[in-house]
Amino acid sequence: MMTHRTEEELIAYRDGERNDREQIAAHLHECTECRAELTRIEAVFAALQTMPVPDPGEDYERRVWQQLAGRLPEKPSHLWKELFVPRRLIAVGAVAAAIALPFFAGRITTRHEPASPSLDAGKLRERVLVVAVGEHLGRSEMVLMELENAQPAQHGQKSVDMSAAQRRAEDLLEENRLYRQTALRQGDQGMASTLDELERVLLDIANSPETVTPTQFESLRKRIEDRGILFKVRVVSQDLQQRNKQAKPEPAQNESAPPNRSKT
Amino acid sequence: MDRAEIATVSDASAVERTLAGERDAYRVLVERHSRNIYRLAYRMTGNRQDAEEVVQEAFLRGYQKLKQFAGNANFGTWVYRIAANYAIDLLRQRKSDDSRRATTAPLKTDDGPQTDLLDRVTDPAPSPERLAGSAELSLRMAQALSTLTPAERTAIVMRHWDGCAIEEIAAVLKSNGNATKNTVFRAVAKLRKALEPFAEARGAARAMGTE
Repeated sequence: MMTHRTEEELIAYRDGERNDREQIAAHLHECTECRAELTRIEAVFAALQTMPVPDPGEDYERRVWQQLAGRLPEKPSHLWKELFVPRRLIAVGAVAAAIALPFFAGRITTRHEPASPSLDAGKLRERVLVVAVGEHLGRSEMVLMELENAQPAQHGQKSVDMSAAQRRAEDLLEENRLYRQTALRQGDQGMASTLDELERVLLDIANSPETVTPTQFESLRKRIEDRGILFKVRVVSQDLQQRNKQAKPEPAQNESAPPNRSKT
Repeated sequence: MDRAEIATVSDASAVERTLAGERDAYRVLVERHSRNIYRLAYRMTGNRQDAEEVVQEAFLRGYQKLKQFAGNANFGTWVYRIAANYAIDLLRQRKSDDSRRATTAPLKTDDGPQTDLLDRVTDPAPSPERLAGSAELSLRMAQALSTLTPAERTAIVMRHWDGCAIEEIAAVLKSNGNATKNTVFRAVAKLRKALEPFAEARGAARAMGTE
Protein backbone atom coordinates (compact mmCIF):
# COMPACT_ATOMS: atom_id res chain seq x y z
CA MET A 1 0.00 0.00 0.00
CA MET A 2 1.32 3.41 -0.97
CA THR A 3 2.03 5.89 1.86
CA HIS A 4 0.90 9.38 0.97
CA ARG A 5 2.89 12.49 1.67
CA THR A 6 1.59 14.81 4.39
CA GLU A 7 0.30 18.30 3.70
CA GLU A 8 3.31 19.71 5.57
CA GLU A 9 5.73 17.76 3.39
CA LEU A 10 4.02 18.89 0.20
CA ILE A 11 3.96 22.53 1.26
CA ALA A 12 7.64 22.36 2.21
CA TYR A 13 8.38 20.59 -1.09
CA ARG A 14 6.64 23.35 -3.02
CA ASP A 15 8.55 25.86 -0.96
CA GLY A 16 11.91 24.26 -1.83
CA GLU A 17 12.50 23.47 1.82
CA ARG A 18 12.89 19.67 1.62
CA ASN A 19 16.14 17.76 1.39
CA ASP A 20 14.36 14.70 -0.01
CA ARG A 21 13.03 16.49 -3.08
CA GLU A 22 13.89 13.69 -5.48
CA GLN A 23 11.98 11.09 -3.48
CA ILE A 24 8.95 13.35 -3.20
CA ALA A 25 9.11 14.12 -6.93
CA ALA A 26 9.24 10.39 -7.68
CA HIS A 27 6.28 9.80 -5.39
CA LEU A 28 4.28 12.56 -7.04
CA HIS A 29 5.00 11.01 -10.42
CA GLU A 30 3.33 7.80 -9.30
CA CYS A 31 0.62 9.03 -6.89
CA THR A 32 -2.35 10.79 -8.48
CA GLU A 33 -3.83 11.57 -5.07
CA CYS A 34 -0.74 13.45 -3.84
CA ARG A 35 -0.47 15.20 -7.21
CA ALA A 36 -4.05 16.39 -6.82
CA GLU A 37 -3.28 17.49 -3.27
CA LEU A 38 -0.29 19.51 -4.49
CA THR A 39 -2.47 21.06 -7.21
CA ARG A 40 -4.95 22.19 -4.54
CA ILE A 41 -2.13 23.70 -2.51
CA GLU A 42 -0.87 25.49 -5.63
CA ALA A 43 -4.36 26.90 -6.19
CA VAL A 44 -4.23 28.56 -2.77
CA PHE A 45 -0.87 30.14 -3.53
CA ALA A 46 -2.16 31.29 -6.89
CA ALA A 47 -5.13 32.88 -5.12
CA LEU A 48 -2.76 34.64 -2.71
CA GLN A 49 -0.96 36.23 -5.61
CA THR A 50 -4.16 37.89 -6.77
CA MET A 51 -4.58 39.93 -3.59
CA PRO A 52 -4.51 43.53 -4.77
CA VAL A 53 -2.54 46.26 -3.08
CA PRO A 54 -4.27 49.61 -3.68
CA ASP A 55 -2.14 51.99 -5.68
CA PRO A 56 -1.03 54.75 -3.29
CA GLY A 57 -0.87 57.26 -6.15
CA GLU A 58 1.69 58.53 -8.60
CA ASP A 59 3.28 61.01 -6.21
CA TYR A 60 3.32 58.63 -3.26
CA GLU A 61 7.11 58.66 -2.79
CA ARG A 62 7.18 62.44 -2.68
CA ARG A 63 4.32 62.56 -0.19
CA VAL A 64 6.13 60.13 2.10
CA TRP A 65 9.17 62.37 2.05
CA GLN A 66 7.17 65.51 2.71
CA GLN A 67 5.47 64.00 5.72
CA LEU A 68 8.72 62.56 6.98
CA ALA A 69 11.05 65.51 6.43
CA GLY A 70 9.50 67.58 9.22
CA ARG A 71 9.96 64.72 11.69
CA LEU A 72 13.63 64.11 11.00
CA PRO A 73 15.95 65.57 13.58
CA GLU A 74 19.21 67.14 12.52
CA LYS A 75 21.96 64.55 12.46
CA PRO A 76 24.48 64.86 15.22
CA SER A 77 27.56 65.30 13.07
CA HIS A 78 30.88 67.06 13.17
CA LEU A 79 30.49 70.80 13.17
CA TRP A 80 33.05 71.31 10.42
CA LYS A 81 31.09 69.03 8.12
CA GLU A 82 27.94 71.01 8.80
CA LEU A 83 29.72 74.22 8.01
CA PHE A 84 31.14 73.00 4.73
CA VAL A 85 27.81 72.25 3.11
CA PRO A 86 28.16 74.68 0.15
CA ARG A 87 24.88 76.57 0.49
CA ARG A 88 25.69 77.47 4.06
CA LEU A 89 29.14 78.78 3.29
CA ILE A 90 28.10 82.32 2.42
CA ALA A 91 26.00 82.76 5.54
CA VAL A 92 28.59 81.11 7.77
CA GLY A 93 31.29 83.27 6.22
CA ALA A 94 29.36 86.43 6.88
CA VAL A 95 28.67 85.48 10.49
CA ALA A 96 32.27 84.42 11.03
CA ALA A 97 33.49 87.66 9.53
CA ALA A 98 31.15 89.63 11.76
CA ILE A 99 32.78 87.99 14.75
CA ALA A 100 36.40 87.86 13.58
CA LEU A 101 36.87 91.16 11.79
CA PRO A 102 36.11 93.40 14.75
CA PHE A 103 38.53 91.32 16.81
CA PHE A 104 41.38 91.97 14.37
CA ALA A 105 40.23 95.51 13.89
CA GLY A 106 40.39 95.96 17.65
CA ARG A 107 43.93 94.64 17.72
CA ILE A 108 44.96 96.94 14.92
CA THR A 109 43.36 99.98 16.50
CA THR A 110 45.15 99.40 19.78
CA ARG A 111 48.46 99.40 17.99
CA HIS A 112 47.87 102.47 15.89
CA GLU A 113 46.58 105.23 18.03
CA PRO A 114 44.53 107.22 17.44
CA ALA A 115 41.99 104.74 16.08
CA SER A 116 41.15 105.04 12.41
CA PRO A 117 37.40 105.49 11.85
CA SER A 118 37.52 102.93 9.02
CA LEU A 119 38.62 100.20 11.42
CA ASP A 120 36.08 100.79 14.17
CA ALA A 121 35.16 97.33 15.49
CA GLY A 122 31.46 97.98 16.03
CA LYS A 123 30.99 99.48 12.61
CA LEU A 124 32.79 96.65 10.88
CA ARG A 125 30.73 94.05 12.68
CA GLU A 126 27.55 95.80 11.77
CA ARG A 127 28.55 96.39 8.19
CA VAL A 128 29.45 92.79 7.43
CA LEU A 129 26.14 91.60 8.81
CA VAL A 130 24.18 94.42 7.26
CA VAL A 131 25.49 93.61 3.79
CA ALA A 132 24.97 89.83 4.16
CA VAL A 133 21.50 90.08 5.69
CA GLY A 134 20.55 92.74 3.14
CA GLU A 135 21.39 90.32 0.33
CA HIS A 136 19.54 87.52 2.08
CA LEU A 137 16.44 89.67 2.47
CA GLY A 138 16.70 90.68 -1.18
CA ARG A 139 16.65 87.03 -2.26
CA SER A 140 13.75 86.29 0.08
CA GLU A 141 11.86 89.26 -1.26
CA MET A 142 12.23 87.89 -4.80
CA VAL A 143 10.69 84.54 -3.81
CA LEU A 144 7.82 86.22 -1.99
CA MET A 145 7.17 88.63 -4.85
CA GLU A 146 7.08 85.84 -7.41
CA LEU A 147 4.51 84.01 -5.30
CA GLU A 148 2.48 87.11 -4.73
CA ASN A 149 2.42 88.01 -8.42
CA ALA A 150 1.59 84.53 -9.72
CA GLN A 151 -2.06 84.16 -10.71
CA PRO A 152 -2.54 80.53 -11.72
CA ALA A 153 -6.35 80.61 -11.46
CA GLN A 154 -6.60 83.50 -13.92
CA HIS A 155 -4.40 81.65 -16.40
CA GLY A 156 -6.60 78.57 -16.24
CA GLN A 157 -3.86 76.39 -14.69
CA LYS A 158 -5.03 73.19 -13.06
CA SER A 159 -1.96 72.83 -10.91
CA VAL A 160 0.95 74.96 -9.78
CA ASP A 161 4.48 73.60 -9.64
CA MET A 162 5.97 74.73 -6.35
CA SER A 163 9.22 72.77 -6.62
CA ALA A 164 11.46 75.70 -7.62
CA ALA A 165 10.05 78.00 -4.92
CA GLN A 166 10.37 75.17 -2.42
CA ARG A 167 14.05 74.59 -3.14
CA ARG A 168 14.82 78.29 -2.89
CA ALA A 169 12.87 78.54 0.35
CA GLU A 170 14.79 75.57 1.76
CA ASP A 171 18.11 77.21 0.90
CA LEU A 172 17.00 80.54 2.36
CA LEU A 173 15.86 78.82 5.55
CA GLU A 174 19.39 77.65 6.29
CA GLU A 175 20.79 81.17 5.96
CA ASN A 176 17.87 82.67 7.78
CA ARG A 177 18.43 80.57 10.89
CA LEU A 178 22.06 81.62 11.08
CA TYR A 179 21.29 85.31 10.66
CA ARG A 180 18.43 85.20 13.15
CA GLN A 181 20.63 83.56 15.77
CA THR A 182 23.39 86.08 15.14
CA ALA A 183 20.97 88.99 15.34
CA LEU A 184 19.68 87.63 18.66
CA ARG A 185 23.18 87.24 20.03
CA GLN A 186 23.97 90.80 19.05
CA GLY A 187 20.83 92.07 20.73
CA ASP A 188 19.22 93.26 17.50
CA GLN A 189 15.68 92.32 18.51
CA GLY A 190 13.99 94.09 15.61
CA MET A 191 15.95 92.23 12.97
CA ALA A 192 15.66 88.92 14.86
CA SER A 193 11.90 89.33 15.03
CA THR A 194 11.54 90.00 11.29
CA LEU A 195 13.85 87.10 10.49
CA ASP A 196 11.76 84.91 12.79
CA GLU A 197 8.60 85.82 10.90
CA LEU A 198 10.34 85.31 7.59
CA GLU A 199 11.45 81.88 8.77
CA ARG A 200 7.84 80.84 9.41
CA VAL A 201 6.81 81.92 5.93
CA LEU A 202 9.80 80.18 4.32
CA LEU A 203 8.92 77.04 6.27
CA ASP A 204 5.37 77.25 5.01
CA ILE A 205 6.62 77.41 1.42
CA ALA A 206 9.25 74.71 1.89
CA ASN A 207 6.72 72.32 3.45
CA SER A 208 3.96 72.85 0.91
CA PRO A 209 3.30 70.03 -1.61
CA GLU A 210 5.45 70.09 -4.74
CA THR A 211 2.34 70.53 -6.85
CA VAL A 212 -0.69 72.40 -5.56
CA THR A 213 -4.09 73.29 -6.93
CA PRO A 214 -4.79 76.99 -7.64
CA THR A 215 -7.00 77.00 -4.51
CA GLN A 216 -4.20 75.65 -2.34
CA PHE A 217 -1.84 78.14 -3.92
CA GLU A 218 -4.24 80.98 -3.21
CA SER A 219 -4.50 79.86 0.40
CA LEU A 220 -0.70 79.87 0.77
CA ARG A 221 -0.49 83.28 -0.83
CA LYS A 222 -3.17 84.58 1.50
CA ARG A 223 -1.27 83.30 4.53
CA ILE A 224 1.85 85.09 3.34
CA GLU A 225 -0.09 88.24 2.61
CA ASP A 226 -1.83 88.17 6.00
CA ARG A 227 1.49 88.13 7.75
CA GLY A 228 2.52 91.27 5.85
CA ILE A 229 5.96 89.76 5.57
CA LEU A 230 6.84 91.29 2.23
CA PHE A 231 6.23 94.77 3.63
CA LYS A 232 8.26 94.02 6.78
CA VAL A 233 11.12 92.61 4.72
CA ARG A 234 11.16 95.76 2.58
CA VAL A 235 11.17 98.01 5.64
CA VAL A 236 14.07 96.13 7.19
CA SER A 237 15.91 96.10 3.84
CA GLN A 238 15.59 99.87 3.58
CA ASP A 239 16.72 100.25 7.17
CA LEU A 240 19.72 98.06 6.44
CA GLN A 241 20.61 100.12 3.39
CA GLN A 242 20.49 103.21 5.57
CA ARG A 243 22.65 101.57 8.21
CA ASN A 244 25.05 100.42 5.52
CA LYS A 245 25.48 103.98 4.34
CA GLN A 246 26.04 105.22 7.87
CA ALA A 247 28.50 102.43 8.64
CA LYS A 248 30.59 103.16 5.54
CA PRO A 249 33.94 104.59 6.52
CA GLU A 250 34.53 108.23 5.96
CA PRO A 251 36.80 109.09 3.01
CA ALA A 252 40.44 108.54 3.85
CA GLN A 253 42.30 111.65 4.91
CA ASN A 254 45.48 110.36 3.44
CA GLU A 255 45.31 110.90 -0.32
CA SER A 256 47.86 108.18 -0.97
CA ALA A 257 45.54 105.52 0.41
CA PRO A 258 43.88 103.27 -2.18
CA PRO A 259 40.40 104.59 -2.90
CA ASN A 260 38.63 101.24 -2.64
CA ARG A 261 40.42 99.94 0.42
CA SER A 262 37.32 99.65 2.55
CA LYS A 263 35.23 97.89 -0.10
CA THR A 264 33.73 94.64 1.13
CA MET B 1 17.72 67.99 -4.41
CA ASP B 2 15.98 67.72 -7.78
CA ARG B 3 14.47 64.69 -9.58
CA ALA B 4 17.50 64.16 -11.80
CA GLU B 5 19.83 64.08 -8.82
CA ILE B 6 17.58 61.72 -6.90
CA ALA B 7 17.68 59.30 -9.83
CA THR B 8 21.47 59.29 -10.12
CA VAL B 9 22.64 59.18 -6.49
CA SER B 10 23.38 55.63 -5.31
CA ASP B 11 21.99 54.26 -2.05
CA ALA B 12 25.50 54.03 -0.59
CA SER B 13 26.25 57.63 -1.46
CA ALA B 14 22.90 58.82 -0.09
CA VAL B 15 23.58 57.00 3.19
CA GLU B 16 27.05 58.54 3.40
CA ARG B 17 25.76 62.04 2.70
CA THR B 18 22.94 61.68 5.21
CA LEU B 19 25.39 60.54 7.87
CA ALA B 20 27.57 63.55 7.04
CA GLY B 21 24.66 65.76 8.06
CA GLU B 22 22.95 66.36 4.72
CA ARG B 23 19.42 65.49 5.73
CA ASP B 24 18.03 66.07 2.25
CA ALA B 25 20.12 63.15 0.92
CA TYR B 26 17.84 60.78 2.85
CA ARG B 27 15.12 61.74 0.40
CA VAL B 28 16.85 59.58 -2.22
CA LEU B 29 16.42 56.51 -0.03
CA VAL B 30 12.84 57.35 0.93
CA GLU B 31 11.70 57.98 -2.62
CA ARG B 32 13.47 54.91 -3.98
CA HIS B 33 12.21 52.37 -1.46
CA SER B 34 8.91 53.67 -0.08
CA ARG B 35 6.65 51.97 -2.63
CA ASN B 36 8.14 48.55 -1.94
CA ILE B 37 7.81 49.10 1.80
CA TYR B 38 4.21 50.22 1.30
CA ARG B 39 3.38 46.94 -0.49
CA LEU B 40 4.86 44.90 2.35
CA ALA B 41 3.07 47.04 4.93
CA TYR B 42 -0.28 46.81 3.17
CA ARG B 43 -0.07 43.03 2.89
CA MET B 44 0.86 42.77 6.54
CA THR B 45 -1.68 45.20 7.96
CA GLY B 46 -4.49 44.84 5.39
CA ASN B 47 -5.37 48.51 5.32
CA ARG B 48 -3.96 51.65 3.84
CA GLN B 49 -3.87 53.81 6.93
CA ASP B 50 -1.77 51.36 8.93
CA ALA B 51 0.38 50.67 5.87
CA GLU B 52 1.21 54.36 5.55
CA GLU B 53 2.01 54.55 9.25
CA VAL B 54 4.40 51.61 8.87
CA VAL B 55 6.14 53.33 5.96
CA GLN B 56 6.59 56.56 7.91
CA GLU B 57 7.87 54.81 11.02
CA ALA B 58 10.19 52.51 9.08
CA PHE B 59 11.93 55.43 7.40
CA LEU B 60 12.00 57.47 10.60
CA ARG B 61 13.62 54.60 12.48
CA GLY B 62 15.92 53.98 9.55
CA TYR B 63 17.11 57.57 9.78
CA GLN B 64 17.63 57.36 13.51
CA LYS B 65 19.56 54.11 13.24
CA LEU B 66 21.45 54.91 10.06
CA LYS B 67 24.80 54.80 11.84
CA GLN B 68 24.12 51.17 12.73
CA PHE B 69 23.46 50.37 9.09
CA ALA B 70 26.65 52.02 7.85
CA GLY B 71 26.69 50.26 4.50
CA ASN B 72 26.88 46.70 5.81
CA ALA B 73 23.97 45.49 3.68
CA ASN B 74 21.53 46.58 1.05
CA PHE B 75 19.61 49.61 2.34
CA GLY B 76 16.35 48.37 0.77
CA THR B 77 16.63 45.04 2.60
CA TRP B 78 17.55 46.77 5.82
CA VAL B 79 14.63 49.20 5.84
CA TYR B 80 12.32 46.36 4.73
CA ARG B 81 13.28 44.48 7.90
CA ILE B 82 12.67 47.56 10.04
CA ALA B 83 9.23 47.91 8.43
CA ALA B 84 8.40 44.24 8.99
CA ASN B 85 9.42 44.59 12.65
CA TYR B 86 7.26 47.65 13.11
CA ALA B 87 4.33 46.07 11.27
CA ILE B 88 4.39 42.92 13.39
CA ASP B 89 4.44 45.06 16.54
CA LEU B 90 1.51 47.03 15.18
CA LEU B 91 -0.41 43.83 14.41
CA ARG B 92 0.25 42.49 17.91
CA GLN B 93 -0.90 45.76 19.41
CA ARG B 94 -4.07 45.75 17.32
CA LYS B 95 -4.78 42.15 18.26
CA SER B 96 -4.29 42.77 21.96
CA ASP B 97 -6.31 46.00 21.81
CA ASP B 98 -9.32 44.24 20.42
CA SER B 99 -8.80 40.54 19.93
CA ARG B 100 -12.47 39.70 19.66
CA ARG B 101 -13.13 42.22 16.93
CA ALA B 102 -10.03 41.13 15.04
CA THR B 103 -11.62 37.78 14.24
CA THR B 104 -15.32 38.61 14.01
CA ALA B 105 -15.77 42.18 12.85
CA PRO B 106 -15.80 43.12 9.17
CA LEU B 107 -12.43 43.73 7.67
CA LYS B 108 -10.99 47.18 7.85
CA THR B 109 -10.77 48.04 4.19
CA ASP B 110 -10.41 51.21 2.26
CA ASP B 111 -13.57 53.17 1.75
CA GLY B 112 -15.63 52.63 -1.32
CA PRO B 113 -17.29 49.79 -3.14
CA GLN B 114 -15.26 47.15 -1.31
CA THR B 115 -17.48 47.57 1.75
CA ASP B 116 -20.48 46.51 -0.28
CA LEU B 117 -18.58 43.59 -1.68
CA LEU B 118 -17.72 42.49 1.82
CA ASP B 119 -21.41 42.39 2.70
CA ARG B 120 -21.96 40.13 -0.25
CA VAL B 121 -19.14 37.86 0.86
CA THR B 122 -20.85 37.27 4.19
CA ASP B 123 -23.96 36.14 2.34
CA PRO B 124 -24.52 32.58 3.65
CA ALA B 125 -25.27 31.18 0.20
CA PRO B 126 -23.17 32.90 -2.42
CA SER B 127 -23.58 31.57 -5.94
CA PRO B 128 -20.69 29.69 -7.59
CA GLU B 129 -20.41 32.40 -10.23
CA ARG B 130 -19.90 35.05 -7.57
CA LEU B 131 -17.41 32.97 -5.66
CA ALA B 132 -15.40 32.59 -8.81
CA GLY B 133 -15.06 36.35 -9.16
CA SER B 134 -11.57 37.60 -8.36
CA ALA B 135 -12.82 40.57 -6.28
CA GLU B 136 -14.78 38.21 -4.09
CA LEU B 137 -11.83 35.88 -3.74
CA SER B 138 -9.58 38.80 -2.80
CA LEU B 139 -11.95 39.78 -0.04
CA ARG B 140 -12.17 36.22 1.24
CA MET B 141 -8.42 36.17 1.27
CA ALA B 142 -8.18 39.43 3.14
CA GLN B 143 -10.59 38.01 5.67
CA ALA B 144 -8.59 34.78 5.92
CA LEU B 145 -5.35 36.73 6.37
CA SER B 146 -6.89 38.71 9.21
CA THR B 147 -7.45 35.51 11.16
CA LEU B 148 -3.75 34.64 11.15
CA THR B 149 -1.61 35.47 14.14
CA PRO B 150 0.80 38.39 13.61
CA ALA B 151 3.72 35.95 13.31
CA GLU B 152 1.88 33.78 10.77
CA ARG B 153 0.86 36.75 8.71
CA THR B 154 4.38 38.16 8.74
CA ALA B 155 5.79 34.78 7.75
CA ILE B 156 3.39 34.25 4.85
CA VAL B 157 3.81 37.77 3.50
CA MET B 158 7.60 37.69 3.69
CA ARG B 159 7.85 34.18 2.33
CA HIS B 160 5.27 34.01 -0.40
CA TRP B 161 5.01 37.54 -1.66
CA ASP B 162 8.52 38.74 -1.18
CA GLY B 163 10.47 35.46 -1.36
CA CYS B 164 12.45 36.10 1.84
CA ALA B 165 14.74 33.38 3.19
CA ILE B 166 13.62 31.51 6.31
CA GLU B 167 16.54 33.07 8.22
CA GLU B 168 15.36 36.58 7.37
CA ILE B 169 11.85 35.79 8.54
CA ALA B 170 13.24 34.14 11.68
CA ALA B 171 15.16 37.34 12.45
CA VAL B 172 11.95 39.40 12.30
CA LEU B 173 9.99 36.84 14.32
CA LYS B 174 12.90 36.54 16.77
CA SER B 175 12.70 32.82 16.34
CA ASN B 176 14.79 29.96 14.94
CA GLY B 177 14.69 28.35 11.51
CA ASN B 178 12.62 25.29 12.38
CA ALA B 179 10.05 27.21 14.39
CA THR B 180 9.78 29.70 11.51
CA LYS B 181 9.20 26.89 8.99
CA ASN B 182 6.40 25.66 11.24
CA THR B 183 4.92 29.14 11.37
CA VAL B 184 4.95 29.34 7.58
CA PHE B 185 3.29 25.93 7.39
CA ARG B 186 0.59 26.86 9.90
CA ALA B 187 -0.16 30.04 7.97
CA VAL B 188 -0.46 28.18 4.67
CA ALA B 189 -2.64 25.47 6.22
CA LYS B 190 -5.00 28.07 7.73
CA LEU B 191 -5.25 30.01 4.50
CA ARG B 192 -5.81 26.83 2.58
CA LYS B 193 -8.69 25.88 4.81
CA ALA B 194 -10.27 29.28 4.39
CA LEU B 195 -9.57 29.77 0.72
CA GLU B 196 -9.69 26.37 -0.88
CA PRO B 197 -13.41 26.26 -1.69
CA PHE B 198 -13.16 29.61 -3.43
CA ALA B 199 -9.84 28.93 -5.10
CA GLU B 200 -11.28 25.68 -6.45
CA ALA B 201 -14.48 27.38 -7.58
CA ARG B 202 -12.36 29.87 -9.43
CA GLY B 203 -10.27 27.11 -10.97
CA ALA B 204 -13.45 25.33 -12.06
CA ALA B 205 -14.84 28.52 -13.53
CA ARG B 206 -11.61 29.00 -15.47
CA ALA B 207 -11.76 25.41 -16.70
CA MET B 208 -15.35 25.96 -17.82
CA GLY B 209 -14.39 29.16 -19.58
CA THR B 210 -16.79 31.29 -17.56
CA GLU B 211 -14.07 33.56 -16.18
